[in-house]
Amino acid sequence: MADQILPTKDWPANAVPSDLIPPGRKRLGWAVMAAATLGLLATILVQILYKSEVDTIGFETWRPVVYAYVLWGVALGIGQVLTRGEDGQRALFLLPALLFTIAMVIFPTLFGFYIALTDWNLSSFSGRRFNGLDNFWQMLADPYYRNALFNMVLYVLAVLVEYVIAFGLALLLNAQIRARKFFRVVFLMPLMLSPVAVSWMVGKSLMEYRFGPAATLARHLGWENPAFFSDPIIARISIMVLDAWTFIPFMMIMLLAGLQAMSREILEAARVDGANAWQTFWQVTFPLMLPVSVTAVILRIIFKLKLADIIITVTSGGPGGATDSVSSFIYREYRDRSNVGYGTMLAMAYLVIIVVFVTWLLKFANRFVRNVN
Amino acid sequence: MSVQTTEYTVSEIRSPASFITSRVFIYGALVFWAFICLFPIYWTLTTSFKSAVDVTQGHLIPFVDFQPDWKGWRSLGLSPDSIFETSTVRDEFFKRFMNSVITSVGASSLAIVIGSLAAYGLTRYRYKFAWFKNEDISFFFLSQLILPPVVLALPFLVLYREVGLLDTRIGLILLYTLMVLPIVIWIMRDQFNSIPVELEEAALVDGLSIWGAFFRIVMPIALPGMVAAFILAMVLCWNEYFFAALLTSTDAKTIPVMVASQTGSQGINWWSMAALATAAIAPLAVIGIALERYLIMGMTAGAVK
Repeated sequence: MADQILPTKDWPANAVPSDLIPPGRKRLGWAVMAAATLGLLATILVQILYKSEVDTIGFETWRPVVYAYVLWGVALGIGQVLTRGEDGQRALFLLPALLFTIAMVIFPTLFGFYIALTDWNLSSFSGRRFNGLDNFWQMLADPYYRNALFNMVLYVLAVLVEYVIAFGLALLLNAQIRARKFFRVVFLMPLMLSPVAVSWMVGKSLMEYRFGPAATLARHLGWENPAFFSDPIIARISIMVLDAWTFIPFMMIMLLAGLQAMSREILEAARVDGANAWQTFWQVTFPLMLPVSVTAVILRIIFKLKLADIIITVTSGGPGGATDSVSSFIYREYRDRSNVGYGTMLAMAYLVIIVVFVTWLLKFANRFVRNVN
Repeated sequence: MSVQTTEYTVSEIRSPASFITSRVFIYGALVFWAFICLFPIYWTLTTSFKSAVDVTQGHLIPFVDFQPDWKGWRSLGLSPDSIFETSTVRDEFFKRFMNSVITSVGASSLAIVIGSLAAYGLTRYRYKFAWFKNEDISFFFLSQLILPPVVLALPFLVLYREVGLLDTRIGLILLYTLMVLPIVIWIMRDQFNSIPVELEEAALVDGLSIWGAFFRIVMPIALPGMVAAFILAMVLCWNEYFFAALLTSTDAKTIPVMVASQTGSQGINWWSMAALATAAIAPLAVIGIALERYLIMGMTAGAVK
């Protein structure tokens, strides 16, 4: 495993070669690592035997295994330094994050794939039962899941509108204005606020049908029946607006940084060449901003794919599942029906879909930026 | 382009009428968007001082439309007249508040420590982990960003129950660390890349070990970046709802979960809801105003080359 981390000796040049380490120290290092590995394996083994009731010695929960893993990580680090000297010290920079992420991601994901293949309802007494691909076939026939996936497409497309608004705001903040810092802080504010609190105060109160100021304003503007969350299409748009409100500042700040990094000379040159503001924007600013724009949009899409808390608090997927995102749908599958096996299958399918989608997106964006520039 | 057009454009920019029009448009748009950003906050704040009638009639301006009252804050036990009395709601609120503080500070600190170390290692040394090289390891860390919480939530629910971490703050801290780690590594990699390697080479020649060089030379320079990453991580952890809603029940419940569970038997008490929402967003609003520079620094790291 990690003892295969072998930093090549490019830098710094004065690194101590590993053959200068006395053999006794090396042996000690190997002994520490071996003892720790044995200890970890023994703990796991004892626990498995105890849980499968072969053995009577063991612990109530699996927590000692976690401690054993942490100790194993520490021992691995010590062993690296003892056996490989400065190379080991370098490996030490990476080791904590690597061990942490592997333990927290790989194991649960594998476990998740196993749960996905079981029929497991927490509220029934029969417990976990392996049922192969049944959940998968059920998923393919589930109109609500398809609907949630379709909604995700719509929500992701809404990012383009957010991008246009964010670009406009970035241009405004980049113009010659007074009180720039004030406006920047104010525009940044929505990003800081808890989406759940915002959902309550904006989604449920400000956009309330009877007394909410947004509804009152809509009535004044001639919309007879301003119900933001009862018609499927309008409900989706309302969710998009709420989400856009919190996340536009994020794209705006990135685009603003891009605008400020652009050299003044190019814009001056465009003006000297006789381009008006419109032409300057489309032929100079926009192409130069393309790499930043692509980064901002992709990051935003990645965040958008996780959209859940606003929908859970404001509409709980309603009316009739019309506003459900995949995450909020799975959340309710678990919360209302305790259907862990099926919910996990949905989540794993979603993971596969978005990994494929984001990979394609990154490739496409790369080619797009290269072709235009 | 002809010379004539040039003169036309220049004169257009300089003509007072069009200058004023563009100024009016720019400031109009700025003020309009500032209103959109601030009105919901204003609404939340004022609603916490309203009584039921004022809420349902949509009154907006204090002292003109309605008489402000400490109603919402009294129900939280935080108004001037109730602050010295015992209040179970206030105790509950402080417990949730402290849970939020502990989990978000704990997770951000842990992520900063292990994230900075990893980012430093990845920018300065070449690793080979089986067939994975530096780029692959970086990609492995950053790719965690696309992992939606919902994928991990159910396996973690089961695992945490087995490990005895369900409804504990440690459990939440570990998950939040995982959530913000890719962002921290992204920011810190950018930071360390901007620090010249020569500084450390000089330190090594002067006899410092590589860890000594990291702590005594590199860390002080990278400190602003660390603050930026820390604050961004804080914001994300403080506002996190999904994991907290699934994995906590009584002990480790955080503020967003408390906010979300405020429907009483007689519908929603808007005033207490608003007071709670205000209390939930106030800390970050203060951080946003005071440390805006660092937030922007964190968000734009790596975006502009």
